[in-house]
Amino acid sequence: MSQEFQLPRAARVFVSFVALLRANGFAVAPEQTMAFLAAIELLGPRGLDDIRQAGLATLAPPPERRATYDRLFDIHFVGGEEMDRTEAEDEEIVRLQEEGRGEDEPLPADEANESGLSAARAEALVERRFADGAADALRRLSRNAAARLPRRRGHRRMRARRGPFADLRRTLRESVRNDGEVLRLGRLKRRARPRKVLLLIDVSGSMKGRTEDNMKLAHALLHITRNVEVFTFGTRLTRVTRALRLKRREQALAAASHLVSDWDGGTRIGDALLAFLAVPRFSAYARGAAIIVLSDGLERGDVSALRDAVAKLSRQAWRLSWLTPLATDVRFEPQTEALIAIRRFVDDLVDGGSSAAIVSHVLSLGQRKTA
Amino acid sequence: MAVRSNIAGIDSPEALEKALRAAYYLADGGLATAAYLALALGKPLLLEGSPGVGKTEAAKAIAAVLARRLIRLQCYEGIDAAAALYEWNYPRQMLAIRQAGEESIDVYGDAFLIERPMLAALRAPDSTVLLIDEIDRADQEFEAFLLEFLSDFQISIPERGTVRAAERPVVVLTSNRTRDLHEALRRRCVYHWIDYPTAEREARIVMMRASSVAESTARAVVAAVGRLRREPLSKAPGIAEAVDWAEAATLLHKGGVRWPDAFKRSIGVALKDEEDLSFISPRLDALLAEAAA
Repeated sequence: MSQEFQLPRAARVFVSFVALLRANGFAVAPEQTMAFLAAIELLGPRGLDDIRQAGLATLAPPPERRATYDRLFDIHFVGGEEMDRTEAEDEEIVRLQEEGRGEDEPLPADEANESGLSAARAEALVERRFADGAADALRRLSRNAAARLPRRRGHRRMRARRGPFADLRRTLRESVRNDGEVLRLGRLKRRARPRKVLLLIDVSGSMKGRTEDNMKLAHALLHITRNVEVFTFGTRLTRVTRALRLKRREQALAAASHLVSDWDGGTRIGDALLAFLAVPRFSAYARGAAIIVLSDGLERGDVSALRDAVAKLSRQAWRLSWLTPLATDVRFEPQTEALIAIRRFVDDLVDGGSSAAIVSHVLSLGQRKTA
Repeated sequence: MAVRSNIAGIDSPEALEKALRAAYYLADGGLATAAYLALALGKPLLLEGSPGVGKTEAAKAIAAVLARRLIRLQCYEGIDAAAALYEWNYPRQMLAIRQAGEESIDVYGDAFLIERPMLAALRAPDSTVLLIDEIDRADQEFEAFLLEFLSDFQISIPERGTVRAAERPVVVLTSNRTRDLHEALRRRCVYHWIDYPTAEREARIVMMRASSVAESTARAVVAAVGRLRREPLSKAPGIAEAVDWAEAATLLHKGGVRWPDAFKRSIGVALKDEEDLSFISPRLDALLAEAAA
């Protein structure tokens, strides 16, 4: 019975193309391969272009990796030069960096093998290595997050003892049980949902002392609540949310540091924020979100660009907080040109000099109404 | 996988492209191929692209080509089964129970069922096209809920049992890509990224959509819009804006306004952001002159 299954010769070249795509980090499911083959049969194929189109439609490469797809396609079906230009080089050209897939992803076995106990021990070791204040702050964050992170009113309704809406569904079901008599009117209220949180972390040279703790804080926040997006900026903007999603902190921070290429460099906050706003997909994160910027606002570039960007951000945000290590005192008055320029657009300009201060501010957001 | 190579007389991407053109929609080769494959393979068609490139219009055109009714489900954050699938008509059920008195009645009959878009499409798969619009606005729960619907085309109603489509319905999903869709959803669909069209095709689209517009006007508008898209604007004008702009300028011109002025005064239909307007206004004259040349 164990007759080995052989692919038809004509199909092999297409299946091996899918394998090539997978090897280059494209996620292709078996059913997509089937659809790809069916599509090729359906289209004839009358030419290479049909095959390319069939692949685009059924294998669904993400639009930003379309160029890579085309190159792989040409190499596989047309032949020609080997792929010597790697993906990383392509991304250099783009000022905005998107997180790649593949390499930085954790191996599934890596996580599964770790027993809870040893993981906890490893965690404890890590904890000890950095200042106690920061560790305490993170612990306080996770303990109080559920009640004190900002929330918004959702659209869906849930059962409640008291509420503005009648729960007709439940009332009917109960009345059927009582021969059609309505004894009690069920009530519904709107469910509260966690509000989006957008963290923008300055990783330039002047913030060097805070960067690591800030990244740890971002990692902790990402794992406490949903709807968190994290970007870093210095001279360029990098989305690090996916990297920080890794559970183990050391791994996550290592993955993030691979992505960010402007550690401890200069600061062009205005340009970085404008770049953020220019990508519709990114700026959608800002709409209605609690935006938290961790930056000292020491701008090397054009102050007017920074002012425009912050003004725009604050119009989209639910609340815009700017946490700077310079504001250690409640009587703090901004001195730098950049901070003075943006002061009237931000809702809070408060201390960001320690993890404890940042956590206190984040936890206070839940109590606030819209700005 | 049930493959139907001939749907309503359409047996190739070219035939579909031609039929779409007759329905006043100019599709490029990629879109026609993707749409044809979606129809033939019985899979949903997922269209992504910037706002205003004609994703929703494509769905309308496909419905027109197949001579089917378009059922539109607009997504929003917090959309739930009651808005997408079905709902019971509770007041009516309660009244019926009261009226029935001692007799027994079935309060879960068709008379008490309010069909929402997805159920309506499922019950009449051969005469409808379901458009699930702006899926990126819905939350992830709804996306996960769609997975079952899109792979098996069935819905279970606890009081009634499972409703299954007699044949695979035609489903079009659109997304503005304000967030990444889940891989599992993309995987179930035939995918196409709609890009801004070439200047040549965009001019043809403008003329097709706005019949009062002269060819020279259409070309000038398309050139100007193409230049605007290269500027760092917060909202670049889409095809719909180009059509509106051409129409508005033509209207002003007929009212006695001279040419470059007609474009300039109607810019509000193309750029709808105060900051974008003030950013571009110092260079608008030069830009329009360049485009008209």
